[in-house]
Amino acid sequence: MKLPVALPSALSPLRRYRSAGFPYRAPTIPRGVAPAPTEETTGAHYDTAWARRLPARMARAAIVDGPMRLVVSGLAAPDRRGQDRLDSLDGAAIFAANHHSHLDTPLMLTSIPEPWRHKLIVGAAADYFFGSKLTSVLSSLVIGAIPIERSKVSRRSADQAAELIREGWSLLIFPEGGRSPDGWGQPFRGGAAYLAQKTGRPVVPIHLEGTGRILRKGRSFPRPSTTSVTFGRPMTPRDDENATRFAARIEAEVAALADEASSDWYRARIRAHARDSPGLTGPRSGAWRRAWALGDRSRGGPKRAHRWPQL
Amino acid sequence: MSADPRRQAPRPGFVLDVDKSTPPILFHHGEQFRLEKLPADRSRVIYPAEPLPGLPDPDESIRQALLNPIDDDPLPSLLTAGMKLTIAFDDISLPLPSMRKPDIRQRIIEQVLDMAAAAGVDDVHLIAALALHRRMTEAELRHALGDRIYDAFAPDDALYNHDAEDPDGMVELGLTRHDEQVTMNRRAAESDLLVYVNLNIVSMDGGWKSTATGLSGYSGIRHHHNVKTMRESKSFMDRHKSELHHSNWRQGEVIKTHGPRIFQIETTINNNTFGYDGPLHVLQKREWEWTARDRATFIGMKKGLDVMPAAARRKIFQGWQAPYELTSVQAGDVDAVHEATLEHCFAQHIVPVEGQTDVLTFGLPYICPYNVTSVMNPILVMCLGLGYFFNMYRGKPLVREGGVLIMSHPTPWEFHPVHHPSYIDFFEEVLTDTTDPIEIEARYEKQFAEDEWYIHLYRNSYAYHGVHPFYMWYWGASALQHLGRVIIVGGDTRAVRRLGFQPASTMQDALEMASDVVGPRPSITHLHNPPILMADVT
Repeated sequence: MKLPVALPSALSPLRRYRSAGFPYRAPTIPRGVAPAPTEETTGAHYDTAWARRLPARMARAAIVDGPMRLVVSGLAAPDRRGQDRLDSLDGAAIFAANHHSHLDTPLMLTSIPEPWRHKLIVGAAADYFFGSKLTSVLSSLVIGAIPIERSKVSRRSADQAAELIREGWSLLIFPEGGRSPDGWGQPFRGGAAYLAQKTGRPVVPIHLEGTGRILRKGRSFPRPSTTSVTFGRPMTPRDDENATRFAARIEAEVAALADEASSDWYRARIRAHARDSPGLTGPRSGAWRRAWALGDRSRGGPKRAHRWPQL
Repeated sequence: MSADPRRQAPRPGFVLDVDKSTPPILFHHGEQFRLEKLPADRSRVIYPAEPLPGLPDPDESIRQALLNPIDDDPLPSLLTAGMKLTIAFDDISLPLPSMRKPDIRQRIIEQVLDMAAAAGVDDVHLIAALALHRRMTEAELRHALGDRIYDAFAPDDALYNHDAEDPDGMVELGLTRHDEQVTMNRRAAESDLLVYVNLNIVSMDGGWKSTATGLSGYSGIRHHHNVKTMRESKSFMDRHKSELHHSNWRQGEVIKTHGPRIFQIETTINNNTFGYDGPLHVLQKREWEWTARDRATFIGMKKGLDVMPAAARRKIFQGWQAPYELTSVQAGDVDAVHEATLEHCFAQHIVPVEGQTDVLTFGLPYICPYNVTSVMNPILVMCLGLGYFFNMYRGKPLVREGGVLIMSHPTPWEFHPVHHPSYIDFFEEVLTDTTDPIEIEARYEKQFAEDEWYIHLYRNSYAYHGVHPFYMWYWGASALQHLGRVIIVGGDTRAVRRLGFQPASTMQDALEMASDVVGPRPSITHLHNPPILMADVT
């Protein structure tokens, strides 16, 4: 009697799959034939429309106002200032903030007031947040991200963002294009300014302070600290201003807000009018001197409760 | 913006002749309410105008007012580096109730400061012009000015409350042509520019009263806060027929000559006290327009308030912040600015009324200028009724001479011990002796005004000045002289009698008591206030 030869393979579907050929496996491409272009479904090509439909929006609202708010409160203890400056803002806006940490987005999502908070999309790096199907789904669902190309010049991202803004969605964008590598800011790119010009909607400058202490670039585990979020007055491009100049003005306004957060509002306004606000990008010097100068910037750092009365 | 048509086309105030089909009328009753059926065919109700539309872009309107002032130079041209700039602003007594954030004072002062920052002005002080009122707390200053201004100036002692009893902080500017002393906060007086930021909720506020009273002390204020002046002010809500204002304007002449250069910023707000929606919006509607939902809201609110402890009721109402909107802002020369302000104020408040009445009724609400986050004690009830509400007229008083005033208020025998210490003594020592304003002024005022303990509490705690209860009493002096009888419905009987008034349990009882003075079937007029209205009586 002859035993069945393929017993081990019959018990192993994986092995059987591996040994199976076409049509169970994808066909191989003959040499000399150009492969048909594949349609990309991740990166800048990921379609996020589903994440702006009602079920996803409700799920996101529950996440943002529930666990995300708890985590942000626990990790960052945010001090939110200047929300009253949005009092006269009507309709969609582009929220432009400096960028230090992955915590910036949750912090902003829980800080931007109603009615903008729950009709908000977030410009996220296509190559980072939309690198795979899984990260694309999570980014779209949890933070309402849309992919923004940062590695190559492409109108696709900007056109999609502009269209959504015109439909009444507000946009959160980090014009620096990525997280700060050393605690200092990076020059603002023109994306927010370009979108403001294209859609006619105002830009709300925002300064974030302290998130770098919690989870700076390169760190895996957060360390609780205090943060501040300072909203500025909505800005619109002037008639004679191109996107580059407007971007510079947004950057200057964020720098003035940074000055306000680290000193006081009136001193900051005096320096802003004199074009003397400390820059976001820090001194042009060696790494250690930049790190050294960074020490002066924050108003306080984590505040510890006094265990004993001060005598 | 709401699609509510009332927001775009508000209806003016009007006089309703009560007939048998008129529903019961709402009376405010402290932190409670009463619905009273007024006798048909001889009663009328004066309703306030609906809220005028707010300015569409308040910040831009403020900017334009500062850049294009009336009879003055643009504010930026008055600001120079190295100058001494003082910004004074109205205190917690305005507006009532306090407004939702951002307060108008914050909006204006931020723009003034931004212009000062552009000019590089370093020496800036901000002063709450509270005259002899209690000091504002940090939370109140933060609410009025915002955190940005507070955090920028308060830590350096550049933002503070006016102290009229600081011997080094006050300065004498001279005497008016009527020999009235003019005193002023020294910092304000010695500044190169004094910017005054006002908030006009009624026509009494603003003009030279802002600086001549707000930044003054007892020695200056006593010249117009006295019985004679108040009796000659008919009314003190009508600036041109108010001796109170004439005296302030004379002091203004001295300030103009010997004091700082003044840049006056005045604002008016609309009547949107209770909002178009939310729990209190029904109070802003005319009774016959209450929907089923409004009625259910009112019944629920009334039942809830009736079973609630007084402290809880007070906490709820004192927490209410009105969604007022800015209706005008004007800046520049004090006199010219104030005339424009009055026009805007009257546009919202004036209701034409024909003829006087035998009996005037009104329900007093839970708040007056002197009990913000505090208790409306019996003296303040008298002041709000006989001082403020009685004087909400132009031309002639609403009630004829010898007529009867019926007010509805619980009038609790209760005082805030921190805010009103001298009121307690006034109530216990002075009113037990006499309620005659002339006698009170002659025999007791100086003693209370110069009492060291009251002065200490005014300067260091949060107490109104020792003389303040006297001014409250004088505020009603004109009405006391004019009226034949004052009746309070639903008040604490002992407290009402201490005030020299008559208590009544119901409106029906009060009307019967009134007929002893004005005869049977008197004409009755009800002032449906708040929201605020001012009767133009012809």
